[in-house]
Amino acid sequence: MLEQVIVAGFGGQGVLRVGQMIAYAGFSEGKEVTWAPSYGPEMRGGTANCSVVVSDSEIGSAQLLEADSVIAMNLPSLHKFESAVLKGGKLFINSSVIKEKATRTDISVYYIDANTVAEKIGNAKGGNMVILGAYAKVTGTVSLDSLYELVKKTFTGDKAKFVDSNIACIKAGAELV
Amino acid sequence: MAKKLMKGNEAIAQAAINAGATHFFGYPITPQSELIEFMAREMPKVGACFLQAESEVAASYMVYGAAGAGARVITSTSSPGLALKQEGLTYMVSAELPAVIVNISRGGPGLGNILPQQGDYFMCTRGGGNGDYYHPCFAPASVQECADLIVEAFDIADEYRMPVLVLGDGMIGQMMEPVEIPEYKKYVPNKPWAADGNHIARGVHNRINAMDLAADVLEAKNNKIQAKLKEISEKYVKYESIDVEDADLVLVAYGTPSRACKNVLKKAKEEGLKVGLIRPISLYPFPKVAFDKINPKCKAILAVEQSCGQMIEDVRLSVLGKYPVEFFGRTGGNPIIPEQVFEKVKNILGGTK
Repeated sequence: MLEQVIVAGFGGQGVLRVGQMIAYAGFSEGKEVTWAPSYGPEMRGGTANCSVVVSDSEIGSAQLLEADSVIAMNLPSLHKFESAVLKGGKLFINSSVIKEKATRTDISVYYIDANTVAEKIGNAKGGNMVILGAYAKVTGTVSLDSLYELVKKTFTGDKAKFVDSNIACIKAGAELV
Repeated sequence: MAKKLMKGNEAIAQAAINAGATHFFGYPITPQSELIEFMAREMPKVGACFLQAESEVAASYMVYGAAGAGARVITSTSSPGLALKQEGLTYMVSAELPAVIVNISRGGPGLGNILPQQGDYFMCTRGGGNGDYYHPCFAPASVQECADLIVEAFDIADEYRMPVLVLGDGMIGQMMEPVEIPEYKKYVPNKPWAADGNHIARGVHNRINAMDLAADVLEAKNNKIQAKLKEISEKYVKYESIDVEDADLVLVAYGTPSRACKNVLKKAKEEGLKVGLIRPISLYPFPKVAFDKINPKCKAILAVEQSCGQMIEDVRLSVLGKYPVEFFGRTGGNPIIPEQVFEKVKNILGGTK
């Protein structure tokens, strides 16, 4: 298997984190993974994105210009990366933030009201986890269980209190699709 | 250590610490800042010295001083910073001092930009300072290779009393991959030549010196440096070679572009084209021997670089006119796109331009 995914949004939306979680979860499942941030002279509130590749064989290029899946967390990201989805690929749109619809008809589009769902759970910053849950469920790139385990390993000590709400967000995202 | 996900910059730093680095001197510059940040945080934990210098020039002479005193020392920077460090580098070669220098290269010339580029090939492989010298230069293409090459670089530096450079581009520094770092080993110096304060016990003062006024003395030193380089050139040639024996076209690329070339190989196979790859890991010594194994009927060699074409000169010197050598390059920090390389491959093999 080979899954190439671009995650894009505003700085602060947890975009790089979502990418890292896909990579970490894939890694924990024994797959080859790469995570590559777009880095550059960015503005506060500007766009951030990262490329993640999960594969069961050696990974070539880690920088993606086209991808099997794109997760768009804000409108500029949708505009920038809708065309990057490979034919037959998947586009995940954070519809809490993005009011426009996708224009492509040769891909599958999923509108995830991520922030609203996260707020209902009481984890206002968990929109990225909701869309991550939806992504994992639809693509099967990594299992939901791997993500839950990862959350438990990531939030320890003082931060252990965030485990349940983040898992709840991932679960809720998976149930939306 | 167990395998974990790390950025190239972090893996280099952790590998250097685990290789027993006793001293780090450097100055922050993107895209290698995670490396110096990691060192600042982690080196004191093992009793090693981290010092942020006031400039790259100062850092390179701190390296010179520490190396002269017998320390296991490393510095890291990015392209414009390495240009500033060149004076210290040529002095280290002259004074026969071991050190590891890391360059996580970025766009140039000048201050350029902070995106990955490979425009430092000449500076890193030709002896970027004054005088007659080269030094070993290794180019990792994965995070694991970052760690492995750093550990080996320290040993080669000590073996030959010479600075060793590790050249990664910005993407190698920034990307995360699974990596296993060798376990921490405390460094036990065995450097009877060092100016380490033990002159009374030793009975002689060791001199660390980069100046020899007498012609014959300086010529002897030059000969010694060249002899060391000759031995290194025989012993530390490193490369990866894929499917070159029956290839109609062979790609040559190092670092990040070599990964894009692996995508090209896959595409070529799908379309029934015979394309091979030579990935130099040691840039100095350049793996000339890898080119001897290429299919004699190979139609062309294609050098792929994130530069205007620098490594291609070593490629030409390796094939000596036996095959036509073509070039594909991008600059400004633009990535090498597999599809574009593949188009070029098809054009060459199809005979159209």
